[in-house]
Amino acid sequence: MIEIKNISKSFGDRKVIDDVSFTFEQGKTNLIIGESGSGKTTIMKLMVGLHEIDEGEILYDGKNFPKLGVKEKQEVRKKIGMLFQGGALFDSQTLEENVRFPLDMFTSMTKEEKLDRVNFCLDKVQLTNRNNLYPGELSGGMKKRAALARAIANNPQYLFCDEPNSGLDPKTSIVIDNLIQSLTKEFNITTIVITHDMNSVVEIGEKILYIYKGKPWWTGNSQDILKTTNPELVDFVFASGFMKEVFNAVNKK
Amino acid sequence: MKLFFHLGRYFILIKRVFSKPEKLSVYVRQIIHEIDNIGISSLPIIAIISFFMGGVITIQSAFGFTSPLVPLYAVGYTARESMLLEFSPTIVCLILAGKIGSNIASEIGSMRITEQIDALEIMGINSAGYLILPKIAAGVLIMPFLIAISMFLGIFGGYVMGIATGACSSYEYIFGIQAFFEPWKLYYSFTKVITFAFLITSISSYFGYYTHGGALEVGKSSTAAVVYSSILILIFNFLLTQLFLT
Repeated sequence: MIEIKNISKSFGDRKVIDDVSFTFEQGKTNLIIGESGSGKTTIMKLMVGLHEIDEGEILYDGKNFPKLGVKEKQEVRKKIGMLFQGGALFDSQTLEENVRFPLDMFTSMTKEEKLDRVNFCLDKVQLTNRNNLYPGELSGGMKKRAALARAIANNPQYLFCDEPNSGLDPKTSIVIDNLIQSLTKEFNITTIVITHDMNSVVEIGEKILYIYKGKPWWTGNSQDILKTTNPELVDFVFASGFMKEVFNAVNKK
Repeated sequence: MKLFFHLGRYFILIKRVFSKPEKLSVYVRQIIHEIDNIGISSLPIIAIISFFMGGVITIQSAFGFTSPLVPLYAVGYTARESMLLEFSPTIVCLILAGKIGSNIASEIGSMRITEQIDALEIMGINSAGYLILPKIAAGVLIMPFLIAISMFLGIFGGYVMGIATGACSSYEYIFGIQAFFEPWKLYYSFTKVITFAFLITSISSYFGYYTHGGALEVGKSSTAAVVYSSILILIFNFLLTQLFLT
């Protein structure tokens, strides 16, 4: 479980995150949603320590992450898997080397054990027998899946996914969403997904935090969000005609 | 003020680079990879440049030494001194600053803008150490060998060109390259090479590591890496020459 308590962050005079609190639960897909530029990615970067918070607390199973020493922070980070928006796979390494990387760095597994684990992770993301391909040879969806395989390679307790569906077609987006959800359930991970893809929100949003202009504006789940009367959230959720039709269909029921 | 900012940030980065590696075996593998990347791939360009520069120095020396008071073996002596003291350790390092420096800065810069460095940090890896230490170690280890090869090929090029153009005889050239040899000059030359290797790899890594933005900024970082490495090579060349030769 990860808790953020009253976190704030400013860049210069501009306050981009303003007093945000939320609990991300273990074994659930926790979503942070909001418009572009609302501060979603900044919250994630604050949580993993890529930016420093100005105020507040970030508790990983009770440990206040920003206050930890360098070594203790590294220990927490070893339990984090992260899927970046662009995949962030290492270009000079094959898929196998990419997925094996955290195992090489942090485990004392034998070569065979590492290969088994790599193949297991690649199977999980449906990239079986693609071990020797380089990131440059993969499509956008395959890159995301490969990055997901690397993120889960070292059995993370916390999985962060930054806009996992951006730039993907709807079918591949569903594959990625289902993968994230099934991995969360199977390994009882605390998963945090940043998205503004409403399909994902409806599909996998077990706990949702809506951020508006850097502030926590609404919390709930995928069922609540379709019935919301919060004007800013209504604007965001029902921006597309498709979602309006979904909304009408839900209300008719 | 900007100079102090960069200096401070450079030394903070270097401190992170030399902190304890997470796993030594992975770093050793990286160093071997970088030796290939930085060293072996630079060999052809160094060989060609050194061979022809040695030849040109020989021909120019023979052309200049018109006085009957100057013995012809001075051609060989001049070629050796030029290659050992200045051309191989300094000029070749300046060429390597262009080749290796831009390569390192663009590689690390690209990793920065595509979030690969963030990925390393989030995994709990000291990204500065993992990315930069193997490059510095590989540079410092392999560049003395590259420069030794450059010295040999330069002197050999002078021999071949000297004979081919009739600038001097084989006996005079070989006598010249052996005459008045002082071994400490090699110590001076290789001290320069190791210093320059450190400067090239660390400065280029610094500019790559702190790249922000997109492809345009990666290009700017590469340019800055080459420019600042070259300037610092010239400054340290002056300082080390003062230190050793006065």
